[in-house]
Amino acid sequence: MSNTAAPVLSVQNLRVSFDTQDGTVRAVDDISFDVYAGETICIVGESGSGKSVMAGSIMRLNNSSTATTEGKILVNGIDVLTASEEEVRGIRGSEVAMIFQDPMSALNPYFTIGKQIAEAYVVHHPGASKREVHDVVLAMMIKVGIPSPEKRIDEYPHQFSGGMRQRIVIAIALVNNPKILIADEPTTALDVTVQAQILDLMMSLQKEFGMTIILITHDLGVVAEVAQDVIVMYAGHIVEQSHVDALFHSPTHPYSWGLLGSVASYGANKRGDLYTISGSPPSLISLPAGCAFHPRCVHSKGSGNACMTVQPKLRDVGTDGSRSACHLTDDVLISIGRGSDRS
Amino acid sequence: MSSDVALQAVDLVKHFPTGSKGLLGRPDKSVRAVDGVSFTLRKGKTLGIVGESGCGKSTLARVVTRLIEPTSGNILLDGVDITKTSGKDLRNMRRQMQMIFQDPVSSLNPRHSVGQIIAMPLRVQGLLDEEHSNERVKELMKLVGLNPEHFNRYPHEFSGGQRQRIGIARSLALNPTVIVADEPVSALDVSVQAQILNLLERLQSDLGLSMIFIAHDLSVVRHIADDVAVMYLGKIVEIGPAEEVYASPAHPYTKALLSAVPIHDPSERGGPGRIRLQGDVPSPIDPPSGCRFRTRCWKATDLCGAVEPPLQAEASGRVVACHFPEETPVSIGKSPE
Ligand SMILES: Nc1ncnc2c1ncn2[C@@H]1O[C@H](COP(=O)(O)OP(=O)(O)OP(=O)(O)O)[C@@H](O)[C@H]1O
Ligand SMILES: Nc1ncnc2c1ncn2[C@@H]1O[C@H](COP(=O)(O)OP(=O)(O)OP(=O)(O)O)[C@@H](O)[C@H]1O
Ligand code: SF4
Ligand SMILES: [Mg+2]
Ligand SMILES: [Mg+2]
Repeated sequence: MSNTAAPVLSVQNLRVSFDTQDGTVRAVDDISFDVYAGETICIVGESGSGKSVMAGSIMRLNNSSTATTEGKILVNGIDVLTASEEEVRGIRGSEVAMIFQDPMSALNPYFTIGKQIAEAYVVHHPGASKREVHDVVLAMMIKVGIPSPEKRIDEYPHQFSGGMRQRIVIAIALVNNPKILIADEPTTALDVTVQAQILDLMMSLQKEFGMTIILITHDLGVVAEVAQDVIVMYAGHIVEQSHVDALFHSPTHPYSWGLLGSVASYGANKRGDLYTISGSPPSLISLPAGCAFHPRCVHSKGSGNACMTVQPKLRDVGTDGSRSACHLTDDVLISIGRGSDRS
Repeated sequence: MSSDVALQAVDLVKHFPTGSKGLLGRPDKSVRAVDGVSFTLRKGKTLGIVGESGCGKSTLARVVTRLIEPTSGNILLDGVDITKTSGKDLRNMRRQMQMIFQDPVSSLNPRHSVGQIIAMPLRVQGLLDEEHSNERVKELMKLVGLNPEHFNRYPHEFSGGQRQRIGIARSLALNPTVIVADEPVSALDVSVQAQILNLLERLQSDLGLSMIFIAHDLSVVRHIADDVAVMYLGKIVEIGPAEEVYASPAHPYTKALLSAVPIHDPSERGGPGRIRLQGDVPSPIDPPSGCRFRTRCWKATDLCGAVEPPLQAEASGRVVACHFPEETPVSIGKSPE
């Protein structure tokens, strides 16, 4: 996407692989993108396509002995991947904060929620007085909509419902006013009225704090609600990056067409089979040659042998800023994409 | 009870003691997670259960499958009261009724290979020797779209979505007649969700499976459910044929729930007709008097605070627990209540 300001986050040729007994899993395979201040960017894609691994890299969380990470991740000019432990600690929480699908795994069951929010604050404000910390914690609890915070500050995570826990996790993530919030499926475990509240909350806090949100979700309804830009991932690659309107009205990759088709067919009432993309995602240990999507793609005959032999590069398609990694010609991608417009 | 009923819940109650003492002369405070729930699951049909986070759906699922004991109430499986069964009968019942869990990570033992996990129910029931169970495991893995060659791998080597498939394969190992699925597709992306839903529906019609399907995604429930029950704070507030409930919700909470469903297209952003409920669900330790929804309901009057509306059939035929239900057309189907 064209933008004159410097990106707040620049991911450059990121590769993450894991050594397993069966071979090397290429979870993230040469991904590059930029994110700008105040933007909301959604990342969607097949289960196992590398979204969480990619997001974890930004916080340098994939540091198991079996993981190999290459490329650059620039936050505030610092390459997270090569920075010192101390620099990374400085970035975590205050520059980039992350929340996960399962709030329980982010909370310590043995500490009160007040203590956990306080701890996150104190890490970056070591000199803060007890009084200041207490006030900050209460203010944060009010901001994320926890009723009667004075009472609940001394309660433990198990005493909260799933939605309330996610609010607490958001409070912990935002207490140091980070520039970037990465949310990995933050509302997946929640039902819709709470999901709507949490999304409203994230969006209003975004306005208030001016932060950038990177939201990983499999719910295209959520994407339709909040995204500006959307990144579509498949088998460790970005296959499409588009403005949200472009993605919904003229998607430019065969995988995106299938993805949008699956949702469209949820339709009104109980009825026959849902549209699915045939086949299943490839093994990341032995990716298909050429385009990783080609075994499932009904258009792969459209470009001679290229789909089976040459890995397509992400390139601009059309004039609305869409980028697609597909061998089909721009004309074909645009005309089929428009045809699959669901409105 | 008629023979087309697979499972019936009668006035089920599950209270969790909190440990904190009540005031002198008062009983200890407890979490009233499920507080008088009755429903009928028809044979070969799917009953969807929807409701706010913390309203007791998972607790209900675990009570129904006897993973935890109800405080009171009865569960009839195929007409037989299973509330008090134990020993061999309980094992037999467990075989008929299987659960798919909400959280694929914590429900899979990280130290067991996928093959061992899926074969576990077979082993526990002493059904198959090693060789045959390996075959069955591979067959099940294929059925749920996992690569059978991966049966030696461990859960952490799979993505969230793949782990949920492992849970589903495990639940199908014993050819159960009733499946209780607690958010089975919540962690999956849509193209895989669609495959799993298709799979569950196919299994259902092939095997005559009856299913309780809990989900927070109302469009998924709409697709898969024949009947739907809407829960709020430990109680069912509305139950009926899915078509009717979705087309014209009778309970104000159902109406709010439906209007919170995410839009399908970015051009609908900021559209009209949104009911945004204020606040969160009140504490199930101290539910509001009268109608439990009244603290968030835009229709509430003094009556709602004084008298609890029973779940009953309205003149329209719709089964709803509200003093002021929404206007609905006359019900076409017979209610599952
Ligand atoms: N520690 C690990 N060792 C081996 N493989 C791993 C490890 N962590 C992740 N993987 C693999 O990397 C791939 C990407 O996983 P990731 O969790 O990023 O997927 P995802 O896109 O977040 O999927 P989902 O939508 O299911 O959450 C998967 O195939 C997964 O099995
Ligand atoms: N073992 C327990 N001890 C005490 N309280 C519990 C226990 N299990 C559940 N609860 C409480 O019972 C209520 C119902 O919880 P349950 O998990 O059934 O809700 P749910 O509808 O499944 O919510 P979600 O949509 O978040 O999964 C909640 O208030 C919860 O905190
Ligand atoms: S590159 Fe070929 S195989 Fe890949 S998505 Fe495009 S048309 Fe299909
Ligand atoms: Mg993930
Ligand atoms: Mg639950």
